[in-house]
Amino acid sequence: MSGIDADLLVSVLKRATGLGATAADGFLVDERHFSATVRLGEVDTVTHSHDQRLSLRVFAGRASAAASTSDLSPDSLERVVAEATRLAKITAEDPHAGLPDPAELTTSIPDLDLADAGGHDLAPEAKIDIARRAEAAALAADPRVTNSEGAEFWDRQARYAYATSSGFAGGYRTSSFGITASPVAAQNGEMQRDAWYTTARKRAALDDPAAVGRTAAARAVRRLGARKVKTTEVPVIFDPETAATLVRAIASAAAGPSLYRRASFLLDRLGTKIAAPSVTIVDDGLRPGGLGSRPFDGEGLATRRTVLVSEGVLQSYLLDSYSARKLGLASTHHAARDGAGVTVATTNLMLLPGSARPEDLIASVREGFYVTELIGFGVNGVTGDYSRGAVGLWIENGAFAYPVEEVTIAGNLLDMLARVDGIGNDLVLRDRTAAPTVKIARMVVAGD
Amino acid sequence: MVDLVPARPEAFFADRFNITSSTIDRLLGSALRGKVDDADIYLEYRITEELVLEEGAVKKASRHVSQGAGVRAQAGTRTGYAHTDDISIKNLEEAARQARAIATDASASAVVAVPNGRPHDLYALSETPVAADLTRKLDLLRAADRVARAADPRVRQVIASVTSEDVIVFVVTAAGWTVGDLRPLTRLNVTVIAEDEGKREIGSYGGGGRVAFDWFLEDNRWERFAREAARQAGLKLAAVDAPAGTMTVVLGPGWPGILLHEAIGHGLEGDFNRKGVSAFAGRLGQKVASELVTVVDDGTIANRRGSLNVDDEGTPTSRNVLIYRGVLCSYMQDKLNARLMGMKATGNGRRESYAYPPMPRMTNTFMLAGEEAPEDIVRSVKHGLYAVAFGGGQVDITSGKFVFSASEAYLIEDGRVTAPVKGATLIGNGPDALTRVTRVGHDLKLDEGIGTCGKDGQSVPVGVGLPTIRIDAMTVGGTQV
Repeated sequence: MSGIDADLLVSVLKRATGLGATAADGFLVDERHFSATVRLGEVDTVTHSHDQRLSLRVFAGRASAAASTSDLSPDSLERVVAEATRLAKITAEDPHAGLPDPAELTTSIPDLDLADAGGHDLAPEAKIDIARRAEAAALAADPRVTNSEGAEFWDRQARYAYATSSGFAGGYRTSSFGITASPVAAQNGEMQRDAWYTTARKRAALDDPAAVGRTAAARAVRRLGARKVKTTEVPVIFDPETAATLVRAIASAAAGPSLYRRASFLLDRLGTKIAAPSVTIVDDGLRPGGLGSRPFDGEGLATRRTVLVSEGVLQSYLLDSYSARKLGLASTHHAARDGAGVTVATTNLMLLPGSARPEDLIASVREGFYVTELIGFGVNGVTGDYSRGAVGLWIENGAFAYPVEEVTIAGNLLDMLARVDGIGNDLVLRDRTAAPTVKIARMVVAGD
Repeated sequence: MVDLVPARPEAFFADRFNITSSTIDRLLGSALRGKVDDADIYLEYRITEELVLEEGAVKKASRHVSQGAGVRAQAGTRTGYAHTDDISIKNLEEAARQARAIATDASASAVVAVPNGRPHDLYALSETPVAADLTRKLDLLRAADRVARAADPRVRQVIASVTSEDVIVFVVTAAGWTVGDLRPLTRLNVTVIAEDEGKREIGSYGGGGRVAFDWFLEDNRWERFAREAARQAGLKLAAVDAPAGTMTVVLGPGWPGILLHEAIGHGLEGDFNRKGVSAFAGRLGQKVASELVTVVDDGTIANRRGSLNVDDEGTPTSRNVLIYRGVLCSYMQDKLNARLMGMKATGNGRRESYAYPPMPRMTNTFMLAGEEAPEDIVRSVKHGLYAVAFGGGQVDITSGKFVFSASEAYLIEDGRVTAPVKGATLIGNGPDALTRVTRVGHDLKLDEGIGTCGKDGQSVPVGVGLPTIRIDAMTVGGTQV
């Protein structure tokens, strides 16, 4: 697969152990990215890029350090090895540091169908034309769509390789493609933007660009005439996009580093009820063609399907081998690499669907708030306290009455999860994290 | 091994990559000149070092090197951009070819003028923070850990980090302008988790700038940061639920200036206004704030995190008055949007790295001081919220709605600051939030040097500042109805 990459990594690791490292691992990424943005029918920005980065982690006994470079020349690699080895000598011993036990390393690398070799072979003009079609459909969808922040087509192809001094060497390739449209609607001096997107591992699996444009236009137009509401406490329904942000917040609190730092509202909750029984959250890294799929994690451990929450009970944390050792647990194979070393990342994370039709969830609400966008950073991962800006539609007597903006919704994530009283049957894996429509019995909406 | 810092950026790239302004000039000439309205090449070399203390010991140390070149061509409203992290003439030629592809049917001609003015000299240091002795950094982190733990026995965890970077940039434009910059940047951050009777809270504080390592030691800044993180966490353990609804809000000085960044700053960036998608588009000369409000964006303040000698297009930064006594008077511009709007480039063309084309971004954005004593401002409020520390914020440019999240706030009751309240998001409408500023204090403070602004996936360091101000009627997103 990526034989050259693995060979390069192995030679770098040999150099590190030659300089006195007791163990080492390395990660190599090589990415090519293209993006074309069209605005009001004209090409706006076209970018081409090629990036590569080699990240190295070395251990001097129980002390470790990391270094990385985008320069893969022999001189530069020599410097990176020397740098990491030097830093490892000044860091403190940590009894939990180290590579995973070699017996845990995966021995087979599944083909998860993550690349679309032929999909990138499209002339820039044809890629630009896809963006143009998406934007044109948005502009034609409604006379109130009068302007545009543009529409984009992008594609990315990447090669990943990972090797350890304990003998693992493997690699894989991925592709991804996307179309985004961001139209602006106007009426009586008011402007509203919104956007819609499609993302896939295979170009042929992307939604029709015109459909993306039309959805984006409909989303922008339905915000026209938005107003504030009086401060109140009502049922709140999160649409699938915003419900996915709740799932991300839960995963973040379940991540090993948040736990061993005691910075998580899910600390000491393993095996306990943290949500209504309708809530089941799964992280499945093995889905063929999945946007979050990977054949092995950032430490060479086999990817799995992990049940995070089962019928409201927290079943598993998300751990790499370091945080697992710190917590006295086993890795859940969720290690991922960042420049500074190893972190924890989900794969294809989803809240499993319920049986309710989304329209029935809406119809069940006499007065309430259907949320379509959240802004700001008002989630406290330590306490679960939640307060974010929200945009959406007011529900009266089971139907949408008018658009709403400039309000906040607030509560505490644990209370919100306990008060989930409806989950839609509309799960679509549009992104790495996905959820169906979610209804929460009560939250405070702050406005006038 | 410290392989920095060279005397001049041009000499650095010439020595290391055999790329000089004349080779680049030839490249721009043959590939681009005459076929596009403007073009430039941006070379960058960056070293980042991060040291993290957890559980009383520095267990994480990392060092990263990145280098690359970005080639940009512009024709009309079109931008072609290509970058490579392998800096060689061959790759630059290929990037130029890709960037030029956008220019196929360009009207072409107008050569953009060389920017006026000379680059500033705002952060020359005898020793950059990356070059400072590692053992001093480790000692500082361990000392910060001890101070934070000693400040409050409820502190259970301390995470302290020192991040430092040296960035060398070199810009060559089609108009023949070449300019380089050496940009040091460092930041110390202390985060604590405090626990009491089963409750847990987080406190975080820090600061930095384009300063030498010794800056942390001056006035015992490091010690203040550590104590402040512990104090915030302890305070939040006692916090009551925040109120929900519209009320009078008093913002403390310094970092609460994030209000300006979100409420008006992004909306005044040239690209959004040229495209007519900002809530502030077409409003130059109009009143958008109370007469008490004058806001500037100033990239020329020595050693500040948001300051630059030149922006990432080679234009010297400037002090731009955005709002003068309530009237909107200027946008922030990069070269492309300035050219298309018939305005002046203001030195706000910035990019995260060579991997991205520049766009209009803020530098240090703050409100000028007024005349009132801060305590009088608090005393003037019968019932409201006093917010002194914030997390992040965000804005919807087009609708103008913005949020920013308080991390330290108190109730004001009968003119007195009383109970601390839990974090809550504040929400408002950019074009009219500042019209409700009714009092401005004499205590302007710039933030400690912690801000990072994200736009279109690009992060850049920025600063903000504010005196104590009173805003009549702002929506507070608490849970107490």
